Amino acid sequence: MFKYVKQLTSLVAMVAVLFAFTTETMAAKKSKTLKNTQKKGFVRCGVSQGLPGFSNADAAGNWTGVDVDVCRAVAAAVLGDANKVKFTPLSAKERFTALTSGEIDILSRNTTWTLTRDADLGVTFVGVNFYDGQGFMVRKDSGITSTSQFKNGISACTNIGTTTELNMRDFFNSKGISYEPVAFEKADEVVAAYDSGRCDTYTTDKSGLAAQRTKMSNPDDHIVLPETISKEPLGPVVRQGDAVWEDIVRWSLNVMIEAEEYGITSGNADMMKTSENPQIKRLVGSEGELGGKLGLDNDWSLRIIKQVGNYGESYKRNIADTGILPDRGPNQLWTKGGILYVPPAR
Amino acid sequence: MKIKKILPQILTLVFIVLIFGFFTMNAQENMETRGLDFGFGFLKESASFDIQFSLIDYDGSHSYARAYLVGLLNTLLVAIIGIILATLLGAVVGVARLSPNYLIRKTASFYIEFFRNIPLLLQIFFWYFAALRALPMPEDASLLFGSSFMTIKGFYTAAPIWTNGLVFFAFFILAIILIIFFNIYAKRKQEKEGKQFPKFYISISLLITIPLLSFLIAGVDLSWSYPEIRQMSQSSYTFDGGFKIPPELIALTLALTLYTATFIAENVRAGIQGIGKGQKEAAASIGLSPNQVLKLVVMPQALRIIIPPTTNQYLNLTKNSSLAAAIAYPDLVLVFAGTAMMQTGKAIEIVGITMATYLTISLAISLLMNWYNKRIAIQEK
Repeated sequence: MFKYVKQLTSLVAMVAVLFAFTTETMAAKKSKTLKNTQKKGFVRCGVSQGLPGFSNADAAGNWTGVDVDVCRAVAAAVLGDANKVKFTPLSAKERFTALTSGEIDILSRNTTWTLTRDADLGVTFVGVNFYDGQGFMVRKDSGITSTSQFKNGISACTNIGTTTELNMRDFFNSKGISYEPVAFEKADEVVAAYDSGRCDTYTTDKSGLAAQRTKMSNPDDHIVLPETISKEPLGPVVRQGDAVWEDIVRWSLNVMIEAEEYGITSGNADMMKTSENPQIKRLVGSEGELGGKLGLDNDWSLRIIKQVGNYGESYKRNIADTGILPDRGPNQLWTKGGILYVPPAR
Repeated sequence: MKIKKILPQILTLVFIVLIFGFFTMNAQENMETRGLDFGFGFLKESASFDIQFSLIDYDGSHSYARAYLVGLLNTLLVAIIGIILATLLGAVVGVARLSPNYLIRKTASFYIEFFRNIPLLLQIFFWYFAALRALPMPEDASLLFGSSFMTIKGFYTAAPIWTNGLVFFAFFILAIILIIFFNIYAKRKQEKEGKQFPKFYISISLLITIPLLSFLIAGVDLSWSYPEIRQMSQSSYTFDGGFKIPPELIALTLALTLYTATFIAENVRAGIQGIGKGQKEAAASIGLSPNQVLKLVVMPQALRIIIPPTTNQYLNLTKNSSLAAAIAYPDLVLVFAGTAMMQTGKAIEIVGITMATYLTISLAISLLMNWYNKRIAIQEK
């Protein structure tokens, strides 16, 4: 009898070990994208064609920006090196096709989350890394200080293939103002046309306006009007159909935001391993098995924080210190009066 | 023997079917895994975006199908204007290239070498961003031809306001029908009795007098709406009333015309040079004037050389008009394969429709030109 019990327990233990082993690699097995990324050795990331603060390449080809940092965080988590990212600059028109056709694995390109896009395009939005809204830029000498001063016949420059085109119509229609939409494929041409006087106003996301203003021949001649005419939650997007990859990208972003909440920075992350707060310990990987649940090792989040930094560091480095939007506005943590609130990584 | 003939054909067919089948299956499978469905139902949905410039009534409450039509008409508009202007300019420059006058000849060849060797997209950017930028703002624009303004926001000119415009149009059509009949009659008369009419002058006077007659007897009237400047804010102005041509259309037409005309000019030069000197000398020796030599002997033969390569240029111009997307001219590619595709995510359907449309336009131009070419070909008697 005892003999059997012994055999039975060893059998159970064996099954348990086997099961544990399979669950551990299940995530990795299920995700084609994760496997391909690890095989290739770099994360394929779609970004903008140059939007300072979000995704912008310098003369040497180094990409910086808060959107870029999301991809770097994923690279740090999956491959152990935040620099192992291949960036593909995409126009607004090309972005979703590039993602669904498998040319890129993450689209991190100031992309607005809407129901139609989520449902119709075969993509999944994993979160929000910047809360934005559409605004208008005008020339200072026009004397316009509010959208209520817009008059019939105003010409508005913008990009095609964006929610901007749709919001603009809703806005002008609801105000009963006739307008002339001048829509370009690339942002640089929009800026050039507005700057040359072709349009009376330039409309896009306010962060975009602030960033593009720095590209004008004389930035001080232009102002961004205070009104916000739409909600534009911008965030990273992945292909539909790979739930594990979706989770990895979502939680890489969430870790950055939560790290800021708990005061973990790229500088103090290693010291935080011995913190008394269990949530901090979970975030730096010295407690719990969070990484394994995503098919990663347990240092994944520590690498994100050490190599890329927390959300606040990324914002400061890319958006605040570059003078684009010094004030964090709604993109402040919920504990500090903003609306940044992510589910707990536990 | 028979099998030897048929087998390669069958193999080719199987190969094509397999390749086509593979791509269809692949697309189907991938669309399924991404949760995309194939269908044209979206064409009926309301487009909810506005278009800057449209030849038909359109706003965002209309359907995607209507937005497609707007884009198609805008493409056709720029293609037709471009083809007409490029043909005229090309013919003039082509003849100028053979001018005995040194200055004219060299200017023509400089123009050709310059414009045909710069990429078209660059030329479009030049006209739009460099040349138009030099234009004045509406408030600084000076009056042209008594009623028009050329500004950075577009060309504003007087718009005709018709009373009974359809009647006028009917009279105009009537004039054209009469001219055709008259020409047939005059040709017969000449063949039978050798009697010559001043065909050109009679045709022109018919074309002018009959439509004018409609003003007197049919109650047709015409007045003009002139553009008037209006202040929108401290520093920005716009024009009300009148007719507006957007700067995007002007820049695109200019670039397409100047670029394509160089190729057409070379075709014209080649056509004229392809006619033997003996032909011209023979024609002159039977007493034809230089004008008659060109019209009756050289041109009918030269056209046969000119038309086939010029058809190619017409096709190129039409296809090149899709570069409009770069400068916000709302053509088929920008409106339909751009905005509409983005808003609906129906990439395969929309790119398919767009390709089929360009193919149809190109084939139509080809057919028309082939028909014309056949008509002027040597008819063996």
